[in-house]
Formats: sequence, structure tokens, C-alpha cells
Amino acid sequence: MKTRSLALLFVFGLVVIAGGLLLPQWMSYLFTIAMGKGLVVLGLVLLMRAGLVSFGQGLYYCVGAYVAGMLTQFVGVTDILVIMLASVAVSVAIAAIIGLLLCRYREIFFAMFSMAFSMILYGLLVRNQFLGSTDGFNVANPSLLGWTPGAEASSDLVLIVAVFLVIVLGAVAWRYLKSLSGYAGEAVRENEIRLEYLGGSVFRVVYVKYIIAAGLAAIGGTITALVSGHVDPEMAYWTTSGEFVFIALMGGTAHVAAPIVAAVLFEALRTYAFAVSPYTWQMILGFALLAIILFMPSGLWSLVERFQNKKARKTS
Amino acid sequence: MSALLKTVNLERTFGAVTAATDINVELNTGEVVGVIGSNGAGKTTFINMVTGYIQPSSGDILVRGKSIIGKSPRDVSLAGVGRSFQVPQLFQELTVLENMLIAFGFSVDRKLSFLKPLRSKEKVEKAHAVLREYEIEQYAEEVVSTLPQGVRKLLDIAMAMLAEPGLMLLDEPTSGVAIEDKFLLMDTVMAAVRKSDAATMFVEHDMEVVLRYADRVLAFYDGRVLADGPTQTVLSDAKVQELVVGHHLDLSENEASTSKESAHVRT
Repeated sequence: MKTRSLALLFVFGLVVIAGGLLLPQWMSYLFTIAMGKGLVVLGLVLLMRAGLVSFGQGLYYCVGAYVAGMLTQFVGVTDILVIMLASVAVSVAIAAIIGLLLCRYREIFFAMFSMAFSMILYGLLVRNQFLGSTDGFNVANPSLLGWTPGAEASSDLVLIVAVFLVIVLGAVAWRYLKSLSGYAGEAVRENEIRLEYLGGSVFRVVYVKYIIAAGLAAIGGTITALVSGHVDPEMAYWTTSGEFVFIALMGGTAHVAAPIVAAVLFEALRTYAFAVSPYTWQMILGFALLAIILFMPSGLWSLVERFQNKKARKTS
Repeated sequence: MSALLKTVNLERTFGAVTAATDINVELNTGEVVGVIGSNGAGKTTFINMVTGYIQPSSGDILVRGKSIIGKSPRDVSLAGVGRSFQVPQLFQELTVLENMLIAFGFSVDRKLSFLKPLRSKEKVEKAHAVLREYEIEQYAEEVVSTLPQGVRKLLDIAMAMLAEPGLMLLDEPTSGVAIEDKFLLMDTVMAAVRKSDAATMFVEHDMEVVLRYADRVLAFYDGRVLADGPTQTVLSDAKVQELVVGHHLDLSENEASTSKESAHVRT
């Protein structure tokens, strides 16, 4: 990435943080949640580019959230950086084990197996009284390098960290997609036989992506837990994973910014759908997804691509 | 010194059907071998076994003296056996250049880099040089699925050759290619193959192509090797003409015509 692009990204990040802080509390809360979900979906998109749809990202989202909750409540660790690192480490360790089995499967089998593992976690948490069973438990406010903000400022702290992570991890993911490992995903989706005959390991390509996606999902879960101050087993339930797939389809897989933008739009859409029609808000979301699939099968990001192509044609 | 490729009593059955049996073949560096046989004779089964795509039911396959039985296509490829396919196996929705860059990454660099851009100036230049060698450089920015079969075949072979395999197996390189382009395609491929000094085995139905490019021929019939020897000898064999070629082949006439065409193409 060029220096100019990095500088622009940095300025953009500052503007987003400033904007987020100026928003009313409920909006900045939703925005922070969207940042967290956007990161989960970013990981999902990496898998989708390799032709793999995971219906089980809720597993790592929930693991990240519970690690954050347990550290703050039971261990007394509140530093947001330590919590993030611990969440990612635990998720990656679990993904490294589950991935050994899961990455041998494709298509519906991959989707169903990934969902099965997240439902196993859901079942374990629901039966665990110590972790609050179906109610979950509260998460204490985070601190940063010894600084403990007040109740209101702590959500601002999570917002700043969330936007920072989205910008940094988004830039890294963008660079990753331009690398051999990034292109290898498309190669796996297009033709595994050719990749093997080129001397590439299809398993390794998929395994690495699965682990990266787990790490990103853990960060997303941690952000959600810290900003909402609560975790519960619903985070591992299949509908949560389905929500991530919904956002991924909504945004498309063409660019790393697509899942982030889609996550923000999804949260906005859901909030307003609920306000407009509290009992049938899911129907509004359903129609929205239907419209996107029918008119923009490559997701909302295809609008940006259309605009870019139009501009390129005009220039030429 | 052990042979580059040696198969010992190779056999493959699919249930009650014996697709290949009693195959004992040796191949050495620099040899160009044509594999002929009617449909179902066992040619592709043989190629698939040698490249790890399917495992033999019994027998052994030795590459430079080492058995490759039980190895995956990837391991066989890393052992120095490359292959192209009857239906080109490419990354259809990517461009020709992207296909080539991915092939460079896996076959030449052999390092799954995470942040290093695939499209560096140096790599793009190298990829263009290979595409130029195979005379498909003008298609570099085209998406593979939109290209004619001949171009796809060349790209498939070019990608397989990047790893500089000691043994290259070409499964019907001219199938689906227009008659007038067959020799052009084979000239391009064989020029690259000869430059690399790889032993080459190609499955072919067109006897003119076999006669022109193969030094040696393996004739398959009913899952067995019916004849193995110099091209002229095998193709003039009465049994091969009856069971494999299906008609009488006038070799003197063919030789004259192919050498004439060869001279025409090369000038």
C-alpha cells in the first residue's frame, strides 16, 4: 500500500472515530457492534472466496466473547489489549484443532460441520450453571494500559479500539488478498486439482484461512462483549452464524471494505425494521436480502464496481 | 543408474473391470514417447496412476528409483512428474496472467507468502516471458473461461512445465484443437519440452502427430501394452495397425508428408 493511501486511511480512521464519538450513545453502540460483526464477516469472506461458507463462525465469536467475559469477571484482567490477545489465542488454538477435521470437507458438509461445532459449544454453555447457563453473565468495563475509564467512557474506548482494529486488520487483509495466499483461495475455489499438481497444498491454504477467520471472529466477539457488557450462549447459536452469512451476502466478497460497510447497514436496517415493525422485523430483513440476491447477486459492493467501471469507460 | 520412470507389473481394476494390467515400462531422460490406443485401452488410467491421480491395485511405480505408490498428486508433482490434462485444468475465472502468477508462486517460489504482492513487476515480467514462449502472451489479461481450447491447452502445459519436471505427461494435448492448429500447438509445446530436456509422454489419437513428434511409441490395447518400441517399428506392426490404428497406415507416405509440413512450419 502506498504512503498516500496509508495516510488517507489514517485520516479516514480518525474521522470515523470522531464521528462515532459524536453520535448519540445508542448509535455509537450499534456502530461498535457493527465493527465487531464486520470483522467476523471479514474472516467469513476470506473463506467464501475459497468457496467455503461457514455456518459456524458463531463458535469463535462466542469463544472470543466468553474469554473476554471470564478474564474481566473471574481473573480480574481488564486491559483491552490483553483480553484481545487472549481471545485470539484461545480461538486460534481451538480452530487449529477443529480445522484439522473441518478443512477436509467442502460445500454443504463444511457448512454443516462448522455449524455442528458451534452448536456443541452452545449446548455446553446452556448446561453450564457457573457461566450463567442461558442467561450468560456480565462483563466488566475494560481498561487500557492502566487507564480505567468510567462507565460511559469505556464504551468510547471500545469504539476507538474497534475502529482502529478494523482499519489495521482491513489493510492487512487487503494486502493478504493480493498475495499468493490470498489468490490461493480463489485457486482452491476454481480448481483444487490444478493447485495440487502445481505442488500447492489445498489443505494448508484452507487451514490457514480457517484459522485467520477464527482469529477475526474472536476479535469481533470480544468487541461485542466489551461494548455490550454481557455475554450469553446465543452468540454461538446457529442464527448468529446465519446473521454473519447474511451480512457477507449483503456486502459481497469483492473487497475487504464490503463486510464492514454491510455490517453497518445491517445493524441500521435491523434497528429500523424493529422500530417500524416490532413483530415482523425479520420479514423486512428477509425482503432486503431477497432484493439484494435478485438485483445484486455479487452484493452491495457490486454497486461500487459498477461505478468504477463506468468511470473507467468515461476516462478511456 | 535407475530409469527416470519404471513401472513394474502395474495393474488397476475397477470392480470386475480390469482397466490396466501387466504394465512394465521404462522411460529415460530426453525421450519423447507417444501413447496410443483406442478409447478404454488404458492410456489415461496409466497416466493417472503415474501422476498419483489414482492408485494402482497392484504393482509399483518408481521415479528415479523411488516408489511413488501411495503418494498424493502434490507429492508426485514435487517428485518431478508434471502433467497436463485432456480437459485443461485451469483457474477459469481468473486471467491468463493470474493463472501464470499463481503457478509461479506454487511451482517456482514454493512459499505460501501472506503479505508479499503476487503481482510484482519482476514476477509479471517472468510470467509474460513464459506466455511469450508458448505464444499466448496476447491473451495475458483475458479471463481463461473466454479463451479458445488451443490457448487453454497451451496455458495448461505452460503452467505444468514451470516446475521444470523431469517427466512430463501430456494427456491428449491436441484433443479439441482445430486440425490446422494441431501441429502449431505441438511445435510450440515440443520446443519448450526439448529445451527443458524433460522426458515426455503424450497420449494421442492422431497418428500424424505421433509419427511426427514421438521417438518411441507405447501402444495400449485392452489394458495392456501391445507394443513398445521406435515409432516406425510400432506403427508398422500389423497387430498395432489392426487393433489400435484401425486401418492400414502407409508410413512412407506419412513420413514424406510430415517432413514436408515440418519443413513448412519451421521455415
